[in-house]
Amino acid sequence: MQIFNIVIAGVGGQGVLMASKVLAESALASNLDVKQNEVHGMAQRGGSVISFVRIGDKINSPVVMPGSADLLISFEPLEALRYIHYLKPGGRLVYNKVSINPSTVAAGLAVYPDDVEQQIAALCAEAKGLDALSIAREAGNGKAVNMVMVGTVMQHLPLKEEIITEVVKQISQNKGVEVNLKALAGGAAA
Amino acid sequence: MKKIISGNEAIALGFGDAGGVFASGYPGTPSTETLEEVARLGDVYCEWAANEKVALEAVIGGSIAGGRSLSTMKHVGVNVAADALLTLTYTGVNAGLILMVSDDPGMHSSQNEQDSRNYAKFAKVPMLDPANSQEAYDMVRAGFEISEQFDTPLMLRTTTRIAHAKGLVVPQEKVAPQIGEWVKDVPKYVMLPNFGKLKHVEVEARLLKLQEFAETTPLNRIEMGDTEVGIITSGVSYQHVREACPNASVLKLGLVHPLPEKKIREFAGSVKRLMIVEEMDAIFEEQIRAMGIEVEIGKNKLPLCGEINADLIRAALGDKVPEVAAPVTGLPQRPPVFCPSCAHRGLFTILSKLKCFVSGDIGCYTLGALPPMNAMHSVIDMGASISAAHGMAKVNAIAGRDEKPVAVIGDSTFFHSGITGLLSMAYNDGNALVIIMDNRTTGMTGGQENPGSGVTLQGVPTQQVEIAPLVKALGIDNVVELDAYDLKATEAAIKKGLETPGPYVLIDKNPCVLRYKVRKPAIHVDQDKCTGCRACLKVACMALGLTASGEKQKVRVDPNVCNGCGVCTQMCKFDAMHELGGDNHANL
Repeated sequence: MQIFNIVIAGVGGQGVLMASKVLAESALASNLDVKQNEVHGMAQRGGSVISFVRIGDKINSPVVMPGSADLLISFEPLEALRYIHYLKPGGRLVYNKVSINPSTVAAGLAVYPDDVEQQIAALCAEAKGLDALSIAREAGNGKAVNMVMVGTVMQHLPLKEEIITEVVKQISQNKGVEVNLKALAGGAAA
Repeated sequence: MKKIISGNEAIALGFGDAGGVFASGYPGTPSTETLEEVARLGDVYCEWAANEKVALEAVIGGSIAGGRSLSTMKHVGVNVAADALLTLTYTGVNAGLILMVSDDPGMHSSQNEQDSRNYAKFAKVPMLDPANSQEAYDMVRAGFEISEQFDTPLMLRTTTRIAHAKGLVVPQEKVAPQIGEWVKDVPKYVMLPNFGKLKHVEVEARLLKLQEFAETTPLNRIEMGDTEVGIITSGVSYQHVREACPNASVLKLGLVHPLPEKKIREFAGSVKRLMIVEEMDAIFEEQIRAMGIEVEIGKNKLPLCGEINADLIRAALGDKVPEVAAPVTGLPQRPPVFCPSCAHRGLFTILSKLKCFVSGDIGCYTLGALPPMNAMHSVIDMGASISAAHGMAKVNAIAGRDEKPVAVIGDSTFFHSGITGLLSMAYNDGNALVIIMDNRTTGMTGGQENPGSGVTLQGVPTQQVEIAPLVKALGIDNVVELDAYDLKATEAAIKKGLETPGPYVLIDKNPCVLRYKVRKPAIHVDQDKCTGCRACLKVACMALGLTASGEKQKVRVDPNVCNGCGVCTQMCKFDAMHELGGDNHANL
């Protein structure tokens, strides 16, 4: 198969790494080669986070280069715009429409642009936004935004939905299983 | 069974499977997860040391006592451990000893971009440089074998894209630990000058033997392809090379010190153009040029700073680089900030207001240097907050300035390297205000245990050091508790500390809210009372924001983010901010 490059973006604390783990484990369970990489230096919440998942028959570099992502999954609209140049021409963007203020905006030093969605639409023909937070809450926990996002992109991945669902089951903490599966299904239906 | 694991996890697993007995390290990105994973695997003893020097020395003892031992740290940690390393190379080992060091090209979370390969040259020890998780796993076993065969410590070096990148690993058969004898051998382990002189001769002879080994080991391999260009590379750079030039001939070095001169010469002679791809320093290139071998492309075309990638290699070769859209410009930055309800926020709100000169240190609180706080004015290395503040105070006194410097340091950094600085300050009649933010964890690296946590790396209850009596024992008379959530009290305490001559220590004991999962109900803003003065925004909390434009903008609190610490409410002069009550919904 052709290498499939995924970029996952979000804000520290949103569960970008967990979503990356689900995709990477699912690729392994599908007998594919996979590399997953993110830079996680600081433990604090609130910084911009970006993670790469590369799936194929043979993967060398763990890094997705700008202009080469098949899929960009963003847990926050501004972060979608920040990393949209990672998409290759014709690449697909799925993003959570619920915004989180950067500290610079919270401190009144910068303004959160009010036309993020329009800018995204102008730059990417294959962009889809959804309110992942509401779906996560309906599933039982606002923290399950990451599983909603995985659910939403499932149909666009070179991975079987049953395999992804099984991986989510396996790596969820005891009581989180039900919420995560609901969030996954909620995302898939959105 | 095949697993997908990071380089750090692979090294931990490889250590357990290679008969590892004892591991000690100090947290530091991107090395931290290695020791955490050794602990999680549970069958090998491991511990967090107070600093990297202690960790390496403990591991030296482990090796002398006959157990295969591993020490883990980030690149700058080796500077701390270097005193031990540079003599350890003389004594050699009993059981195998590996020093794992993680470099951070691109400085994703480090204060400098030093290249640890320099240490392998400096210490004259062998160094391995894995290119993926599988190699990271395998090289632990190979490393122990080399260490024991050549009676030398060995450095296993990773970079961020190896340490944190996950790839597939098939583990080898597990070897049971074999603990050797604990032998007294004075000429080997006592580095008095007379013994050291003999040992130095051995070190030089050992390096020559290792050079011979480098020529034949499968750790260094030639992958012949198109002979137009031949590329010498190692580590993650190899992956970028393969991405950029799938058909080129490559000499992939796994053992990156000492270099296999004959093999390099043979490879260079078999290709038309020789290229060297290495991140950071020109270590291969300088040595290969010194062999008299012509290098066409190296640091003349590739950067000394930051990470290498496939496009940089294409460009250096003069190949076509794919044109890509530029990033969208003008977006608000999203730097990391103090977590909602972190105690550092209150402290830096006041330090910012008082406009003190703050001598800072390595930890979450380093973020106090960023806008809007702008309240940290020097950060050098672990522990320098205290010792540098002492020097500032001395020169200030000579210059006739009466401004007292403030040092800010966290508990783990204080245990690591702050104690000696404070001891020296007390001894030398110092004059700085030292604020110790004791949140009982090593926060920046993800909340690791330390001597103040009361539990070990495995979570077992243990001795818990109290900082106040320790500070008093160092010779500091003025030691006062601080509650950084109380802005008025914090301001008063800092002012008192600045007014009182001599060393003065304030200790905040509020726990890390992230590590200890402190949860409080969110704050609510009464929109009728809020005047939009923005005084509260000075606390730089991501839970705060302005209402939509159009009307007069007022402040709102995001209940998904707020953790109810109440620091912002103390900034409000209009009584508009209150605790909401009810459940906490923060996604911390």
